[in-house]
Amino acid sequence: MITSFLFYAFSLILVLAALGVITSRNPVHSALFLVLSFVQSALLWLLLEAEFLAVVLILVYVGAVMVLFLFVVMMLDVGIEEVKEGFTRYLPVGVLVAIIVVAEIVYIIWYRGQDIFSVVLPEPYPETYSNTQALGGLLYTEHVYAFELAAVILLLAIVAAISLTMRQRPGLKIQSIAQQVAVKREDRVRLVKVDPSEDR
Amino acid sequence: MIVTVTHYLVLAAVLFSLSVAGIFINRKNVILLLMCIELMLLAVNFNFITFSRMLGDELGQIFVFFILTVAAAESAIGLAILVVLFRTRQSINVEELNSLKG
Repeated sequence: MITSFLFYAFSLILVLAALGVITSRNPVHSALFLVLSFVQSALLWLLLEAEFLAVVLILVYVGAVMVLFLFVVMMLDVGIEEVKEGFTRYLPVGVLVAIIVVAEIVYIIWYRGQDIFSVVLPEPYPETYSNTQALGGLLYTEHVYAFELAAVILLLAIVAAISLTMRQRPGLKIQSIAQQVAVKREDRVRLVKVDPSEDR
Repeated sequence: MIVTVTHYLVLAAVLFSLSVAGIFINRKNVILLLMCIELMLLAVNFNFITFSRMLGDELGQIFVFFILTVAAAESAIGLAILVVLFRTRQSINVEELNSLKG
């Protein structure tokens, strides 16, 4: 009973937050609504007994990705008014597509899969069950290559983000340490023969 | 009323369609499109976790783990592209990004 109450409360806040993401005027508000929806999803995943992923969602998404989003939103100085000009123009198309998508999916899962999907979720795991341990057991044995591939993808993201945003402004006066170290005596010192007997 | 698998699936469907609508509605700001893509991936993850719970198989959660990884990489690269775009065009308006004439 308490579980279903929590489910309805969390999912109501989640849907409202998603609405806020797509309708709010200010991109900063959208990002904060997205944070709220991630937190609600983490709580729902806790209800589904996916504890490790709920914690990862909070740590990685709310902690890192959304902070990155907020950084970019605040760094790019975009006017709020010009952002929302096309809102009403595309609203009918957007609502129509959303209704079509949700009708199709609900038709599939409500009418076509009546016997399959209306099953009640299984009994909760016993207290001794550790979700993190189970995931780690799978991740480090069967799926270890995929795990290492994920590490490579993250490295690729780091390299791509840095190489995209790094720039050398022209006309900048900076030291080139390598050139300074590599310089030789002949490059800098010029010996001039002076004839001492010559009168000025 | 007992919460079944269908409830979670319908919730994910609503979330997914809201983010599709968001992509259609917000034609002025690329950051909002990236946020809607994040929301879409979240809805997909909901399906994976629900079926993983229903079948008692942790493989779905492994999938969600990798989707989260790829989504984080995608948003990092997307935001980097956005910063470069704003630096060169002084605007992130979707409708002005038509130099490819696609």
